[in-house]
Amino acid sequence: MSCVKITRRDFCASGGALILSFSIGAPRLKGAEGPRLPGSLSKAPYLDAWIRIDDDGAITVFTGKAELGQGIKTALIQVAAEELEVLPAAIHLITADTALTVNEGYTAGSHSLQDSGTAIRNAAAQVRELLIGAAASHWQVDATLLRAEQGAVIAGDGRSLKYAELVAKEFLHVQAQAQSKLKAAKDFRSMGRPMQRVDIPAKVTGGSAYVQDMRLPGMVHARMVRPPSPGASLVSLDSSQVESMPGVMKVVRNGNFLAVVATGEFQAVKAMRKLTAAARWSEHASLPLQSELPAFLTGLPAEDAVVIEQLADAPSAGLRRADGKILEATFTRAYQCHASMGPSCAVALFKGDALTVWNHSQGVYPNRAALAELLDMPAEKIRGIHTEGSGCYGHNGADDVAADAALIARMLPGTPVRVQWMREQEHLWEPFGPAMVTKVRATLDAQGLVNDWRYELWSNPHSSRPGPAAALLAARLIEHPFVPNPPHVQISPEGSGDRNSVPLYVFPGKHVQWHFLKDMPIRVSALRSLGAYMNVFSIESFMDELAQSAAADPVTFRLKHLQDPRAREVIQLAADKFKWGNKLPPRHGKGFAFARYKNLAAYCAVACEVSVELETGRIRLVRVVAAVDSGEIVNPDGIRNQTEGGILQSMSWTLYESVKFDATRITSSDWSTYPILRFASVPDSLEVHLIPRPGEPFLGAGEAAQGPGGAALANAVAHALGARIRDIPFTNERVRAALKANQSAPPNGPGPHRSEQSSR
Amino acid sequence: MSIHLNVNGQEHEVTADPQTPLLYVLRNDLGLNAAKFGCGLGQCGSCTVVIDGVAVFSCVTPIMLLQGRRITTVEGLGSIDNPGPLQRAFIERQAAQCGYCIAGMMMRAHALLEKTADPTDAEIRASLEPNLCRCGTHMRILAAVKRAAVLRHESTFQ
Repeated sequence: MSCVKITRRDFCASGGALILSFSIGAPRLKGAEGPRLPGSLSKAPYLDAWIRIDDDGAITVFTGKAELGQGIKTALIQVAAEELEVLPAAIHLITADTALTVNEGYTAGSHSLQDSGTAIRNAAAQVRELLIGAAASHWQVDATLLRAEQGAVIAGDGRSLKYAELVAKEFLHVQAQAQSKLKAAKDFRSMGRPMQRVDIPAKVTGGSAYVQDMRLPGMVHARMVRPPSPGASLVSLDSSQVESMPGVMKVVRNGNFLAVVATGEFQAVKAMRKLTAAARWSEHASLPLQSELPAFLTGLPAEDAVVIEQLADAPSAGLRRADGKILEATFTRAYQCHASMGPSCAVALFKGDALTVWNHSQGVYPNRAALAELLDMPAEKIRGIHTEGSGCYGHNGADDVAADAALIARMLPGTPVRVQWMREQEHLWEPFGPAMVTKVRATLDAQGLVNDWRYELWSNPHSSRPGPAAALLAARLIEHPFVPNPPHVQISPEGSGDRNSVPLYVFPGKHVQWHFLKDMPIRVSALRSLGAYMNVFSIESFMDELAQSAAADPVTFRLKHLQDPRAREVIQLAADKFKWGNKLPPRHGKGFAFARYKNLAAYCAVACEVSVELETGRIRLVRVVAAVDSGEIVNPDGIRNQTEGGILQSMSWTLYESVKFDATRITSSDWSTYPILRFASVPDSLEVHLIPRPGEPFLGAGEAAQGPGGAALANAVAHALGARIRDIPFTNERVRAALKANQSAPPNGPGPHRSEQSSR
Repeated sequence: MSIHLNVNGQEHEVTADPQTPLLYVLRNDLGLNAAKFGCGLGQCGSCTVVIDGVAVFSCVTPIMLLQGRRITTVEGLGSIDNPGPLQRAFIERQAAQCGYCIAGMMMRAHALLEKTADPTDAEIRASLEPNLCRCGTHMRILAAVKRAAVLRHESTFQ
């Protein structure tokens, strides 16, 4: 077969209505070329930024998003394979790398399919149509008579041309169109079907899968020595004994930034221990009193912002409960850890005037900007390559460890330096998920429907990510530290601390206010779902309290306040599959919760059953049923896996997790002082049911279960105990205290709610 | 100090500080990736390997104790091209999210299945209790171990 190479010029001459450009990387003129391009194509409109086809037929797809264990690589391969009409195995996917991929910001907020998946899907469809057009032009036939299949364009008479035969240099260097000829769901071969994750075989056979597994020639190992407490300063250090230890190459000190480098990894660990003992620090008491944390937070100076203000037509004075109490409640959440299983790790190499960093950052581009500022070097001289670490669940130590490695590597030009934090460094120095306080007041009308809803939240910002160098731990420790700019409150559709603070329910009056706390007594940043976990926990707990006051079933009560048909459908599905109406054994409770993540991503409803051990206060999750609508489904098993994980993680946060501290130091430094979920507490069953929505946009699902998972558990605990716990975590002590308070309350008198178990 | 280690049926001579935890030797001297550093404290199980049939935290086991002992890691259960029953079960059940804890889980399961060919659900849970997973993959890990028991029988039969 003759090899036809169709260039852009040929294609242009064929009359294709393509916008061709010779200016590589030139941004589209704003508003000059019609509608906004889909997904991240709006950031990078050239098709070859996303897809390249070599003349040997190799297909490479590029994404600026990173694999965090959420399975995004597999889903993006499915999307590309579908529209390109090739087998998934034919695609080589390259993820976040500042030298190779588009800047898609952070891999966060359940955005990857919405942003990158949408871009790749549209780009792939347009590439397929270009290839069909090229074949049509070669054969001088109408393109509508041709189809693409298994990496080739095929004519009705059986003639075919492989993609490799149709592409030439720069063939795909064309700007994307706003409209793509997307395949219909009925024709899908890859999308919408469970596909085995492409990364799992290496992970279960000892393949090189993580940055921790990198072993570059000549690589050396560094370990950090951290201050004993936030704000501590290094007073004296005699490192002479450490420097003479076997394998030790260097002790690095820059202000309070302290590290040791050795040729062998365990040599570095031993030297770190000796260096820790040799360092004298001055510490001061800067932390709030943990037992009074909620009062401390609500007493901090706040920048107030209104998230929503919608006045009820007829503001009611409010129906009070039979016992005369106003419907009002305060909820609290402790600081919580990301607590990744693998401590943060990075490899850095300075060569000539350029730096390469391999790490598990969620944003290789923003982190590159931070490193450039920290090291005072041009960003173009830094290459950030995302290399998987263990799961991060938000902004953990990934960016910080990259800065550690870069600062050390700069002192050892030509030598790759691997830095891995120790367990206690990860637990003590990662930016925690912020502690929060929320307060809800509501009134019910005569029909038992919510009339007026008032909600306040007190919280720090939920992101202190790079960008700025001051976001990096090392930048705050060095001799001339970077000081972060004071944060300011911003109200956005997706939300931050206020994420999901506006209930999706239809209430005549809604008022939501964020008391934004600028002062950050403890460093915090993004933890999976940001404020949504706490806000949904608060809203859904209070919805149950309102339902109880209205003598309504919690599921029915929610449905009465919802118009969105997709919201109603997930609730109904979860309730049906759970068999919500069935009776439970003694000392068991059931709970229900719902949220649409960010009020614009996936819908998730969770029903669960718990048991309580009266003597110890131990709660056990027995059974969970979830229903999810995430729009068009790419990999159903991927969504199930993420939802199962989200529910169990949220359960762990809710029952067990709290960062501990005294006046000076963080004291939860490992898995014994920061306990999490273990196998003994895993439920007997956990079902996830998906609602397919062919043809609908992708709705991010990776974090959708965090809020409903924790809230359903809280409602089940309240049902089992006959008393509500409003403070996260639900420690055994809090459970026992709630039980005691419930027993001492007179029947139907003032005090905590009685169980409505008999009425359900 | 020079020490002989039997890892996955192969003899290795390693020169290292006798205090060195096995984990560092497996990863750096022998180039085996599966066992992971998670805590270095024997608290999380990411580093779990099997020594003479017993699941052990390799991060707190110095090599000086291991002369002549039989050490098995995930690399000894099969390869990416020819995965063993336990590996196939984890792939089949898609029992990983980030996967960092999984090699440790598999070795703990391997020790169980070598002793108890048909474990009950309660036995599987109890055996995995020392190991932590942060992604919340527990349900799939339990299902994969259960499935591995079946696949092991099939491969023995064949």
